[in-house]
Amino acid sequence: MILDIIIDGLIKGSVYALLAIGFSLVLGVARIINIAHTALYMTAAYLIYVGTKLMGLPAPLAMVASVVLTVLLGLLVYTLFIKPIQEHEAAVLIATIAVAMMIQEVFLMVFGGHYLGVNPLIDGYATILGVKVTYQHLLALGLALVVLVATRLFLVKTRLGLAIRSTAQDREVANLMGMNVTRVAMSTMAVSVGMAAVTGAIVVPLVTVEPTMWMHPLIMMLAIVVLGGLGSIEGSFVGAYILGFAESLVVFMVPMGSFLKDSVALSIMILVLLMRPEGLFGVSFEEER
Amino acid sequence: MGLLGVYFRRTVTILRSEVLVLPSRIAVLVFIVALMALPLFTQDYYFLRVLILTSIFAIFAASWDLLSGFTGQMNFGHALFFGVAAYVTALLNLKLGLPPYFSIPLGAVGGVLTGLVVGIPCLRLKGSYLALTTLAFPIILTGLVFAIPDVTGGELGLAGLSRLTGSRVMDYYLTSGLMVILGFAMWKITDSKTGIILHAIREDELAVRTSGVNTTRYKLLAFCMSGFFAGVAGGLYAHFMRLAGPSGLEVGLSFQVIIWAVFGGMVTIYGPIAGVFILYPLMEVLRVALDSFPGLPEMRMFIFAALVLLTLLFMPEGLIPWVRDKVEIECPRCKVRNAFNRKRCRVCDAVLD
Repeated sequence: MILDIIIDGLIKGSVYALLAIGFSLVLGVARIINIAHTALYMTAAYLIYVGTKLMGLPAPLAMVASVVLTVLLGLLVYTLFIKPIQEHEAAVLIATIAVAMMIQEVFLMVFGGHYLGVNPLIDGYATILGVKVTYQHLLALGLALVVLVATRLFLVKTRLGLAIRSTAQDREVANLMGMNVTRVAMSTMAVSVGMAAVTGAIVVPLVTVEPTMWMHPLIMMLAIVVLGGLGSIEGSFVGAYILGFAESLVVFMVPMGSFLKDSVALSIMILVLLMRPEGLFGVSFEEER
Repeated sequence: MGLLGVYFRRTVTILRSEVLVLPSRIAVLVFIVALMALPLFTQDYYFLRVLILTSIFAIFAASWDLLSGFTGQMNFGHALFFGVAAYVTALLNLKLGLPPYFSIPLGAVGGVLTGLVVGIPCLRLKGSYLALTTLAFPIILTGLVFAIPDVTGGELGLAGLSRLTGSRVMDYYLTSGLMVILGFAMWKITDSKTGIILHAIREDELAVRTSGVNTTRYKLLAFCMSGFFAGVAGGLYAHFMRLAGPSGLEVGLSFQVIIWAVFGGMVTIYGPIAGVFILYPLMEVLRVALDSFPGLPEMRMFIFAALVLLTLLFMPEGLIPWVRDKVEIECPRCKVRNAFNRKRCRVCDAVLD
């Protein structure tokens, strides 16, 4: 029971961390609340389903192809629908909601509302301390941690990562220091969508693939980003594990838990906000000049 | 007779000097007259049903604009007010047997109280934090609704409320009349001193506080007023559909109201109303039209989303402000709006360019 909760919480936390970090990168750099973020995660999951089940591609190839295609789709959406109206905050918000709805409807039209599934990469399970844990769960956990570390290194060690972090801190000064802010925003979008797609690729064998699978992660992701402090990578990371563990605790321990999992996670977020209005690791944004 | 004559002349004067001078106001007048005269021409059951729901959602969208557009308190969970009021109305009607003309106002009071409960923790939050936090409240409540099915009816909701009025035509007049009255009231609120303060809070809260205004009180007031109007819409919806269920709290409904309002044009009150009156019937038309091609998959929402995206690309301010700027010009000197064909301002006689 306890180990169940720990494993489940770790996986959920890592998945949410990947989603939330990607989301807060774009929020920090381009000031876009990208509601379509988890819809792109769903896109990757569906593409893997198409690749492995319908076209019979080997799983790793399908994963790579789906990530690449999803990133291309994300960049296309960004250039076509978001960039032209970037100054109008409300319009951008609606645009991302509309994009998410369109993606959902496309999958509903093509695949119907059926619950689909993807075979695990590796079968079998390990027995840890008397609890069965499938290899697929362990693999997902490992991959998620690898991607998290890679993202961390990318943001800290590379020039582009530095540019992304400084643009998030202060757009104007970054521009004055000779960074092409538009280009940085574009690359951030690519990185962010890439992270969403990788998340989708990692978890797709563990979840049911259906057209509304983006809703629950979206809500958790938004809660995590607010909980951790907008634009703070560390905050998203810590917040993701807090809410991931909270969710699995509620699901395993409380009767009717699966109805209440969202409620509990979001109540935690509101409690934290009551004590710290800028979130756990809040970096208050500079006022836009 | 003499008194009647005076009132008649005053009405005509107001019409001539305030309403008929601006194309947008003429459009509003024509719209209201058409809305009121419509049952004279058709009493089709389904047609009136669509328009009743349109009116209810128009009140709802305008109440979102009052809070999020005018006061700038971005609310992503506006369905909370709607859903709470619907549940309160339904419980009062079913458990205590109150008729609609008591249960709907009390449901709206429920909306006001919800506004207080949500408003107080949200006072310290700004911008994106506020938007994402407000999104949480209806979801939390949905979880509770599912967890205590004895009171709330769980997934099925509470069904079997008494009818709004006796007949469909009366329902129509009640909802569309309320829509016009409440819409006008909201427009007046935004035009009053309170409305100016709310607008100023949106622009620069710090500056308003420095001017000695208690912004906390005004922000709470905005939450409560918005909750009241959304609550009326929720109560009407519950009694008209004779059902209050978790669908009234859905994230989808919160997003829908934002889409209607931003599509129509934020910070106008009439924009969101127009947005609903264009988009909601359009959805019904699309459904009927697509139903006649049984081979086609359900692509109504897809067309809807695509339409909203394309509109925003060309008119990021929303549809109605775009049209308004085409048919009216603002006087550069006194900021009064004028019809597009005037050479000189109707108030200060400055030359318009």
